[in-house]
Amino acid sequence: MLHDKAHAHITPWWVYGAVYVALLVLTWVTVAVARVDLGAWNVVVAVGIATVKAALVALFFMHLLHEGRLTWSYLGLTLFAIALLLGLSLLDIWAIFLRAGA
Amino acid sequence: MSVAESIRAMVAEKEELAGYSGAKFGMWLFLITELMLFAVLFTAYGVFRALHLEAFHEAHRELNLTLGTVNTLVLITSSFTMALAVGAAQRGRRSLTTLFLSATTLLGIAFLFIKAVEYGAKIHHGLYPGGPAFQALEAGEKLFFGLYFTMTGLHALHVYAGILVVLWLLVRNLLGHFSSEYFAPVEIGGLYWHLVDLIWIYLFPLLYLVG
Amino acid sequence: MAMHEHHGLASFYEEGGNSLRSWLLTLDHKRIGILYLVSILAMFFLAGILALLIRTELLTPGKTIMDAEAYNRIFTLHGALMIFTVIIPAIPATLGNFLLPIMLGAKDVAFPRLNLASWYFYMAGTVLMMLTLLGGAVDTGWTFYAPYSILTRNAVVVVLLGAFLLGMSSIFTGLNFIVTVHRLRAPGLTWGRLPLFIWALYATSIIQVLATPVVGITLLLVGLERILGIGIFNPAMGGDPVLFQHFFWFYSHPAVYIMILPAMGVMSEVITVHARRPIFGYWAIAASSLAIAAISFLVWGHHMFVSGMSELAGAIFSFLTFFVAIPTAIKVFSWTMTLYRGQIRLRTPMLYALNFILLFTIGGLTGLFLGALSTDVHLHDTYFVVAHFHYTMMGGVLTGFLAGLFHWWPKMTGRLYSERWGQIGAVLYFLGFNLTYIPQFIMGSQGMPRRYWDYLPEFQGLHVLSTIGSYVLAVGLFVSLGVILHSLWKGRKSPANPWGGLTLEWQTSSPPPLHNFHGPVKVEHGPYAYDRVQAKEEVEEVTA
Repeated sequence: MLHDKAHAHITPWWVYGAVYVALLVLTWVTVAVARVDLGAWNVVVAVGIATVKAALVALFFMHLLHEGRLTWSYLGLTLFAIALLLGLSLLDIWAIFLRAGA
Repeated sequence: MSVAESIRAMVAEKEELAGYSGAKFGMWLFLITELMLFAVLFTAYGVFRALHLEAFHEAHRELNLTLGTVNTLVLITSSFTMALAVGAAQRGRRSLTTLFLSATTLLGIAFLFIKAVEYGAKIHHGLYPGGPAFQALEAGEKLFFGLYFTMTGLHALHVYAGILVVLWLLVRNLLGHFSSEYFAPVEIGGLYWHLVDLIWIYLFPLLYLVG
Repeated sequence: MAMHEHHGLASFYEEGGNSLRSWLLTLDHKRIGILYLVSILAMFFLAGILALLIRTELLTPGKTIMDAEAYNRIFTLHGALMIFTVIIPAIPATLGNFLLPIMLGAKDVAFPRLNLASWYFYMAGTVLMMLTLLGGAVDTGWTFYAPYSILTRNAVVVVLLGAFLLGMSSIFTGLNFIVTVHRLRAPGLTWGRLPLFIWALYATSIIQVLATPVVGITLLLVGLERILGIGIFNPAMGGDPVLFQHFFWFYSHPAVYIMILPAMGVMSEVITVHARRPIFGYWAIAASSLAIAAISFLVWGHHMFVSGMSELAGAIFSFLTFFVAIPTAIKVFSWTMTLYRGQIRLRTPMLYALNFILLFTIGGLTGLFLGALSTDVHLHDTYFVVAHFHYTMMGGVLTGFLAGLFHWWPKMTGRLYSERWGQIGAVLYFLGFNLTYIPQFIMGSQGMPRRYWDYLPEFQGLHVLSTIGSYVLAVGLFVSLGVILHSLWKGRKSPANPWGGLTLEWQTSSPPPLHNFHGPVKVEHGPYAYDRVQAKEEVEEVTA
């Protein structure tokens, strides 16, 4: 049956426009900041800005804002799994590094 | 009913099972598998960057920042046109949908073209795994380029697949399959396209900007 | 639709026709389940023959029937085929595919075409793996550890590609099940009334979706390493083979729960039906499935204690590993409590279920020895590990699969098998299994390394015992297989509800019609309400 309309949330056009402009500005910011030497903070800022951009794409372009709890829970689980993979692998390398340094 | 008709009827009936929300949720689950796939590569990147900070920084200067930035803008714009295509499909504006889907396809092709130019230059300079300039690099720099080609190569494959998906949507839209009552495939295809953009949003700063 | 009229009592076998096309292009979850069943049993047979070859070779030290190189290839193929083409899909893709929609009161899974695609991916992956048999095979072991997998001259890339496709097939099944459970439950089928088999499959699916892509890309990276030399896992280029192990086990440890959780789900069904008792601790079992799924992501490092991983990470992983024992023990205690004072019918499926409890408990408890950092250093890479994982993977998963197969065989085929021969098979299986693997525990603790073609003469006695056990085990399996095949030709017709079960699959005919039910489905009680609902056992006597 054709009933997509009943379930879908239709985003106003201007929201897409605003998000697009924000993405362009953030791209400019991240390129500009990368030219400044912040030491170890460069990567933090770059990943931070990327995360803001990714959030904009997901929330508005992908309509995550209007997804139910189910989708959100699964994305939460995924982020948790990624954090584990990244966290525990890095922890191990870091510990080996410390041992080698000592 | 002929055999073909009954098969078609069965397919149509089965297609209904997931429904609009189910189909979208299914796509989100698929995107989750893609996120996990790339998470491995980002983890490898993180680990080797931690071990070879200097070498990664040196090696990343070899990448063409201008082309990388242009490609970022191209991909973000394609995401924008894809979002607009979904908006148009939801409103039942068929020719507008065609326009935005075509724009998305062209931007996707442009992205791949620029990527190919970048690869071409690297290969020309022998900076590819096994290449003469590559062999002369120190371990950390080799790893950077190994990761660069793996990550961007896998991403480019996804862009390629995404273009095929958008083309398929374009054909179905031209055939008049979609209306303001039925547009789930456009939304679902769109989700995939945005994911490809999402991955690039992280690849760009990590590879081109900070190294 | 007018077509519904003459559906009558025709089963899905009759309704769709029996042309080759009606099978190869089917979207019916039941037929896809049967396709999987046939393919998986064939692979099980083949990989089982390889196991017998391995055991025969180990009858004497040195060469018995094959040289060392052939031995390496055969144990690799045995492992890879058993893990990727048999144990991982065994229960979800066969029993799960056939039963999940029926137990939910649905017509089919959420994405029937994806379901069929998953079978084709399975077949493609399997064929690729088999192809390597012709061209040199692979001698890396099923774990494909770098850097050896990068350096060996064998057809590693083909096997890796096969494993990748099998991974996609597994992801498709999991994704399909998650959406189906959320979207297609019948009216009245609340989460609290879901059969525990469904809970187990649901937990399994979460792991399949989250973890499988990790091994997929890891295996592809090994392939890229071989083809292009990108360096990530190659120490000669600054890469890190330990990182390969991190990635590999990030999937492959949760993967053992992809394998065992569905078997645990089968257990909850078989035990309640054949003990005619409400399950003890419904929510404890359901929640423990999810808990196992969650904890499974925290323990992968316990495979790597001697890999050069840091002591800190080793200690953390060892500590976390013990947590898995808690939800697992909750399940075993709950099943035992369900049996207590039940009206136990010792039919074939119940015998396999009891086998499961005994064998899996041994497998689980010996896992604690291996999860403990200090004892693992002694036991790592010995036959103790081999025996441990065969107790969990074969004693657990395959025993659970056989319990489920005998339990639902009448539903799937509409035929009753010979109860006496089924029981003989189950008993031989139990005896052969223990005779095969108990000697391996002893050898392992004395230091016999795994994967070795040769061994010191003092191990020969135990090796011979183990090999004899494997032959008994094989006879048990042949008897079991013979029993079900025989029933297809000679078995009596099965009634709709032979054992008196209360879940939805027993409320429709055996085998079910094309759309699973003859009318609308409404669920009014929990799956194990034997204390409140009378369900007649239509096959009362254990017949010969």
